[in-house]
Amino acid sequence: MSEEQIKNLEEQFEARILRDDKIEPKDWMPEKYRQTHIRQISQHAHSEIVGMLPEGNWITRAPSLRRKVALLAKVQDEGGHGLYLYSAAETLGISRDEMFEQLHTGKAKYSSIFNYPALTWADMGAIGWLVDGAAIINQVALCGTSYGPYARAMVRICKEESFHQRQGYEIMLKLSQGTQEQRDMAQDALNRFWWPALMMFGPKDEDSPHTAQSMKWKLKRKTNDDLRQQFIDQTVPQAELIGLTVPDPDLKWNEERQSYDFGEIDWDEFWQVVKGHGPCNKERMDARVNAWEGGAWVRDAAMAYADKKQERKAKQAI
Amino acid sequence: MSTKNWPLWEVFVRSKNGLEHRHFGSLHAADAEMALENARDVYTRRNEGVSIWVVESKHITASNPEHNGELFEPAQDKVYRHPTFYNLPDEIKHM
Repeated sequence: MSEEQIKNLEEQFEARILRDDKIEPKDWMPEKYRQTHIRQISQHAHSEIVGMLPEGNWITRAPSLRRKVALLAKVQDEGGHGLYLYSAAETLGISRDEMFEQLHTGKAKYSSIFNYPALTWADMGAIGWLVDGAAIINQVALCGTSYGPYARAMVRICKEESFHQRQGYEIMLKLSQGTQEQRDMAQDALNRFWWPALMMFGPKDEDSPHTAQSMKWKLKRKTNDDLRQQFIDQTVPQAELIGLTVPDPDLKWNEERQSYDFGEIDWDEFWQVVKGHGPCNKERMDARVNAWEGGAWVRDAAMAYADKKQERKAKQAI
Repeated sequence: MSTKNWPLWEVFVRSKNGLEHRHFGSLHAADAEMALENARDVYTRRNEGVSIWVVESKHITASNPEHNGELFEPAQDKVYRHPTFYNLPDEIKHM
């Protein structure tokens, strides 16, 4: 294709996005659109899969059967969400194996929040309430994104996730009505997860170089700072309702903005965790790599068995 | 050890009797049987379906969006295929 032809195609493409046309897998798309989407969708998928680890760890220690079935269902959902997203990314021409390779070698990132440890049962509450709460805000904004398979996966995921947040908040609610020790446990979980949850929305707008392009492609519908503010405004009253204190001395209602002002986020910590120096980065990756390598014989056996069945069928047909 | 990967399958789900099967997504599985079992776990965890079809993705032949012009545009000027094309008096009933 000549440069002029490509430029022409690019213009048509941008016009389609502008009029809210969805882009589907076989449509022509600029190479940068393809690569950016592969990166974002696969990292989103990795976040779901790695996100199973801190919670999976607590399934056997859930305090009641009711809590246990709920947590089990939530972790299973996350596995499912990872699969929807990997499938969406595959429509852009990357294989599942390549994506795992990128995750395992550290080339692809996943949400930093999962590099924090889940130390107590209250963390299951804080994760569902805050981490899934933040994820929902991000994901609702993505339901209208321009790439069809990604938008469809987001719609399905959003439908399923509201139970995640409610089960988390219910855990916090119950603890906050309990003994002093249980209330302290809930407060401690909020203290540890509040700031990392705010970091889930990514760097400040002025430090987010991809924002402009992503907004243009509707890969982002709102900026990081707007989404973060929305999260704070809706979460603070939820904390107050159950008598928990948000660990931010600068948090204050701003009458004029009809919004909360809040303190400075520790961006050094954010970048440290992104670069692999969080409390659990290594543990999470080891768990993923072990699962992949340890499961290799199962995948091979299933394939060999499928081939054998196929052969037997073919023989019987003769 | 084989290095053969599990093939990709497309999943279609009928959400209730009376409705058609609709494309829900895709997944990897070693064979059709496993694809059905996985589809049940991945796509129908909340009573989304009463029937599942799976078909290996490579068996689907799809039209090329680049040919959309020649394929679909000819229908655009055939307005006489729509009932509103025909001018009839307003008094006419049941038509």
